[in-house]
Amino acid sequence: METQALNHANDGGRFDMVRRGMFAGLPIMLGYLPIALTYGVLASRTGMSNLELTLMSVLVFAGAAQFLAVGMIAAGTGVVEIIMATFVLNFRHFVMSLSFVNRLRKMALRAKIPLTLGLTDETFTMSALYKKEAKEKHAAWFYASLILTAYASWVGGSYIGGVLGDVMPSRLSDSMGIALYAMFIGLLIPSVKKYKRIAFIAVFAMLINYCCQALGMNQGWAIVIGTIIGGSSGIWLLRDEEEEE
Amino acid sequence: MIVWVIIGMAVVTAVPRFLPVFIVDKVAFPAWIDRWLNAIPYAALGALIFPGVLSVKPDAPQIGVIAGLVAILLSWMNVHIIGVVIGAIATVFLLTL
Repeated sequence: METQALNHANDGGRFDMVRRGMFAGLPIMLGYLPIALTYGVLASRTGMSNLELTLMSVLVFAGAAQFLAVGMIAAGTGVVEIIMATFVLNFRHFVMSLSFVNRLRKMALRAKIPLTLGLTDETFTMSALYKKEAKEKHAAWFYASLILTAYASWVGGSYIGGVLGDVMPSRLSDSMGIALYAMFIGLLIPSVKKYKRIAFIAVFAMLINYCCQALGMNQGWAIVIGTIIGGSSGIWLLRDEEEEE
Repeated sequence: MIVWVIIGMAVVTAVPRFLPVFIVDKVAFPAWIDRWLNAIPYAALGALIFPGVLSVKPDAPQIGVIAGLVAILLSWMNVHIIGVVIGAIATVFLLTL
């Protein structure tokens, strides 16, 4: 019934896919704005120019790594160390990208490559919730629009944060740290309600990640290991869902 | 100097992002690997949420836990994800007044 209503309202053309992608990206936009503002404020306080801090958002587009880099620049860490830390922290996107492009096998390479460059924790997990769109004719327009909506708010928010500098009250910006976690939870719970077994996959990944970090592993690798091993439980748990698709 | 940091970060972030395009293009995966890859989003969300949420307020991990529970509750009640985010921010804000 729901799909009938959707088919009626949406024609699946390019413009329609762009519009739907924007709506799907809207929550990410709202989640990114406060974080990006905070990043901009912090980066400008460490002495980065507006051009530099905005350029970092344009070219790197990875929140956690950018915060880490700002902290390391402030601490006077060397260039090579910062780049290596970024690689470790962002390697999880490799695993996410494998999962992402495996759903888009029919899409042309020239469309897939730019899309993967826009993969973040948020754009990846949000895209994963919109699997039906992957099978539609103009799928690339949907995902490009979702990613660009998030990208625009990240880059724009960074710049505005750099301009505002210390204007934002610190108590408010401190409270914003929860925003991305709340978004992750908001992305996970609806799937858990639908298939209770998904909770097992997520909790298993949490525990692996927690144990790895408790044993002293670097946070970046711990998330990668937690994601891969936690996800492996899906080999046994996801059968029914696959049939339903 | 910072420009080189940015360029280096951009390269080591971009390569792992696009490399899978070429890997997946070359190999056909058996069904069990497809199921594994389909579970990656849920596993990634789990690993991203915990224990990271404890560090929202590093000196008071319970604040992250309480805000996380509020987010779970709101989400369970089918509140839109934007409402979930705003509710969690408000919780942290009120708890740290």
